[in-house]
Amino acid sequence: MALCSRRPEGAARVLLRAIAREKVNMSQPELIVGVGGAAGDGVASAGNTLVLSLARQGIAAYSYNSYQSVIRGGHSWLRLRFSADKPLGVGDQVDAVIALNQDTLDRHMQELQPGGLVLYNGARLSPSYDPPPGVQLCALPVPELCPASKRLPVMQNTVAVGALMQLMGLDISGLESVLQSTFAKKPAVVQSNIEAAQAGYDYAAANFTPPATQLEATDQKWAQASGNHLFAMGAALAGCKFYVAYPMSPATHILEWFATHAERLNICVRQVEDEISVINMAIGAGHMGVRSMCATSGGGFALMTEAIGMAGIIETPVVAINVMRAGPSTGVPTKTEQADLNQAFGASQGDFQRVIIAPLSMTDCFNTPHEAFNVAERYQIPVIILSDLLMSEGSETVDPALLDVEFPIDRGEVVTAPNGSDEPYLRYKNTPSGISPRALPGTPDHLYVSGTDEHDEDGVLISDVYTDPVRRKKMVDKRVRKFETVTRYLPAPELDGPADADVTLLGWGSTWGTLVEAAEHLRQAGISTNHLQIKFLVPLHVEEISAILGRSRRTIIVENNQSGQFARHLRAETGIVADGHIRKYDGEPFEPKHIVAGVKDVLAGAEVVDVLSSESGWRTDHPTGTSGPWQGLRVGEESKTFA
Amino acid sequence: MATAAVAVDPKVFKPEVPPDWCPGCGDFGVLNGMFQACAALGLEPAQVLVVSGIGCSSNLPGFFRSYGVHSLHGRALPFATGAKLANTSMTVIATGGDGDGYGIGLNHFIQAMRRNIDVTYIVMNNEIYGLTTGQVSPTSETGMKTKTTPLGNLEGMLNPLALAMASGCGFVARGFSGQPKHLTELYKQGIEHKGFALIDVFSPCVTFNKVNTYPWFRERVYKVEETDHDPTDFHAAMDRALEWDERIPIGLVYRNPDPRPSIDSLDTALQGEALVRQGYTIAPETRRDLIHEFM
Ligand SMILES: Cc1ncc(C[n+]2csc(CCOP(=O)(O)OP(=O)(O)O)c2C)c(N)n1
Ligand code: SF4
Ligand SMILES: [Mg+2]
Repeated sequence: MALCSRRPEGAARVLLRAIAREKVNMSQPELIVGVGGAAGDGVASAGNTLVLSLARQGIAAYSYNSYQSVIRGGHSWLRLRFSADKPLGVGDQVDAVIALNQDTLDRHMQELQPGGLVLYNGARLSPSYDPPPGVQLCALPVPELCPASKRLPVMQNTVAVGALMQLMGLDISGLESVLQSTFAKKPAVVQSNIEAAQAGYDYAAANFTPPATQLEATDQKWAQASGNHLFAMGAALAGCKFYVAYPMSPATHILEWFATHAERLNICVRQVEDEISVINMAIGAGHMGVRSMCATSGGGFALMTEAIGMAGIIETPVVAINVMRAGPSTGVPTKTEQADLNQAFGASQGDFQRVIIAPLSMTDCFNTPHEAFNVAERYQIPVIILSDLLMSEGSETVDPALLDVEFPIDRGEVVTAPNGSDEPYLRYKNTPSGISPRALPGTPDHLYVSGTDEHDEDGVLISDVYTDPVRRKKMVDKRVRKFETVTRYLPAPELDGPADADVTLLGWGSTWGTLVEAAEHLRQAGISTNHLQIKFLVPLHVEEISAILGRSRRTIIVENNQSGQFARHLRAETGIVADGHIRKYDGEPFEPKHIVAGVKDVLAGAEVVDVLSSESGWRTDHPTGTSGPWQGLRVGEESKTFA
Repeated sequence: MATAAVAVDPKVFKPEVPPDWCPGCGDFGVLNGMFQACAALGLEPAQVLVVSGIGCSSNLPGFFRSYGVHSLHGRALPFATGAKLANTSMTVIATGGDGDGYGIGLNHFIQAMRRNIDVTYIVMNNEIYGLTTGQVSPTSETGMKTKTTPLGNLEGMLNPLALAMASGCGFVARGFSGQPKHLTELYKQGIEHKGFALIDVFSPCVTFNKVNTYPWFRERVYKVEETDHDPTDFHAAMDRALEWDERIPIGLVYRNPDPRPSIDSLDTALQGEALVRQGYTIAPETRRDLIHEFM
């Protein structure tokens, strides 16, 4: 029998390339910038220009856009956090605002703290109320600085970005180089943009006071990418040859990346009629032996579930990503949530083996497809990756060296050539490991039929016989046995921080960065804290987790959902009941300050703390951008923070 | 498609497992025709993949000696499409019932034809749900009494041939399992057709359909090949497809004289080796270009 990659079970773990976990450092100065405008005002491109310009000067960034499901109009609020030490989240507080329209100026000026500043086109906008004390109004006389803006209003964005570079303490070289590459095909546009940027840069030098925090250029190189693009590229580098999807926010950018790169990378990329077709095609391709992947959001994933069970019983490797958005049903399509865990556990009827992985950061999105493919192929199972809108649509800078890797490929036991043996081939052979060598269709002398009905080792159905409890049980047991080694194959979670801390923050998936930062803030506030983040949700590393939490004084579970889906999972798997819960289901991601306040509430006796995003001065009943003029809030007006 | 010039013995496609259909079920004829056609075309069992959904008819891959998949109810075509795209060197045949293909799987059926994947689709149309013991099907005639339409079917009857033609299918045929030689010829042409080929087969359910029986079909069917029908004439073919009364046509109803290329022949990734045989690695220079796009 021709076997590839047969390895002793014990050595399994080495096959996953432990990603060089990025160094977490939070000592360098940072600035958080908010760019706001209506859809169509160029918020995203202004933000992108800023991030790339700073990245080329060695400064890292994390970005997250809060937006509405409208194509034009509405309000879009992009938060960018910059520091020479890579930021792990959007942070707590905006230091500078670029307001591209009046609505943004009115909404967000009041969030600024003393020392903060707001940049806007003084010829078009003016504040509707007095700025909070110590906040600098930076009105740019855009028509004078950039006459071209009269024809092309978006030029105001370049002026503002130029001004901000000055105020951040950076030279303009990074911005110039980005403008050059962005408009490479139009030299005249490059020139007018560079002039506009320079005019803003010089005007800011002469007229505004820079904030106390200044950034310094470094030699570090940074790439900037969204979690979705990193999923796609990570999958391609892990050997994904077949990608199929149906558009659904917030997963669509994965399909678009694949479509754009299909020809160059020789990947078959198809958009098809619905998610039922998507997953069945993906499994069809996986069955033939290619690495095959698909992605969707919760609604699409719901349509996929019957076929996930098919992959379970016919033992076909396939990888499906569910980029979670706020549910149920259509829910809030442009908002983030971690509430599809129950759906992933329960996807499809019957008992079968699946792996569920929730990457911890955008950079981890790059690494996860290779782990998913390796475990899917080795164990011949479906693998579900749970991402969310925050991680998939947000973006961060990544050390390009972490992307320039060759992933190890573990195909498990695959048969592609005749073996010359007289023994009949059994596709579902009852082996000690439960893993049956998989002959790819097309291989001579290994004919078999894979059935979604229960079948015997040779693939022949046993579902239509009068009864056959012995063989039925044998086959279920064979498939279950595959999982005896899988927890060893997947790296166990590790505790960050002192083992004897007062508080253990326990999270899963995308909340990793915010929890790292919150733990640091709590330590600074004198609350000794450690942190455990779970990436492999099924199978759960029960032994390791129980050992860690057994030593924990107070475990607080943080999750971006209403009902505590992970808390219930932990309790079901380990019997551990957490001491407190911090939850959020208002559509916006956690910020470190929410966790800090929530932990204090738990320490004061609360069991479940529901967090509501509410900037200082925000009214909790504020209208959305599409429903008429922004009423505005007055600074000092009472705001409800934690319910 | 790996077609050897020499015909092989039909027995090579016959497995040890005998079909467990009711004695007299039309599906036996459908299966026998497949043995004959694949043998006549000289196909290698290891180069054939038969994919079905769920139903009596969908049990067929278990009774055919090749690679096979007995997938989900209604999902044979998406599965077969993914399989064909992944390994274009295989001959892929999808099989199933009227409920499977024209009921729960109808959207996939239309889209597969629009997409024009090189798969031959054989539908055992017994105008009833057999496996679930006799409920109404999309191809059940109006007025037909079944377990779930005790007062007679109120709904109209789906016409798969006309639907296929409207959906851009380049090969539209109908056979009758009571006419095995004729059926075999249709299979041969369908498998050789480069692109999606539909062969709808009248395959009587002797247990649950007491209306559309062998004698019922025998009285009505006539072969278009024995008339002056020109299958390349779309409008004439549509007239035949819509014919459903005292006389019902079987045979090659429509063949597009200028067929669209199939999706597997167009996709840029499938121009060289079959996807499954392409290497996994991406050259370091390409990788660096990809990273550079983010900088
Ligand atoms: C999702 C799903 N719904 C329903 C069924 C039950 N079911 C099995 S076969 C079948 C209909 C079979 O009819 P047809 O496809 O015409 O095949 P036949 O048995 O007539 O050959 C149904 C409804 C199922 N297996 N899966
Ligand atoms: S129930 Fe009908 S379709 Fe099913 S095997 Fe019997 S005769 Fe054939
Ligand atoms: Mg039927």
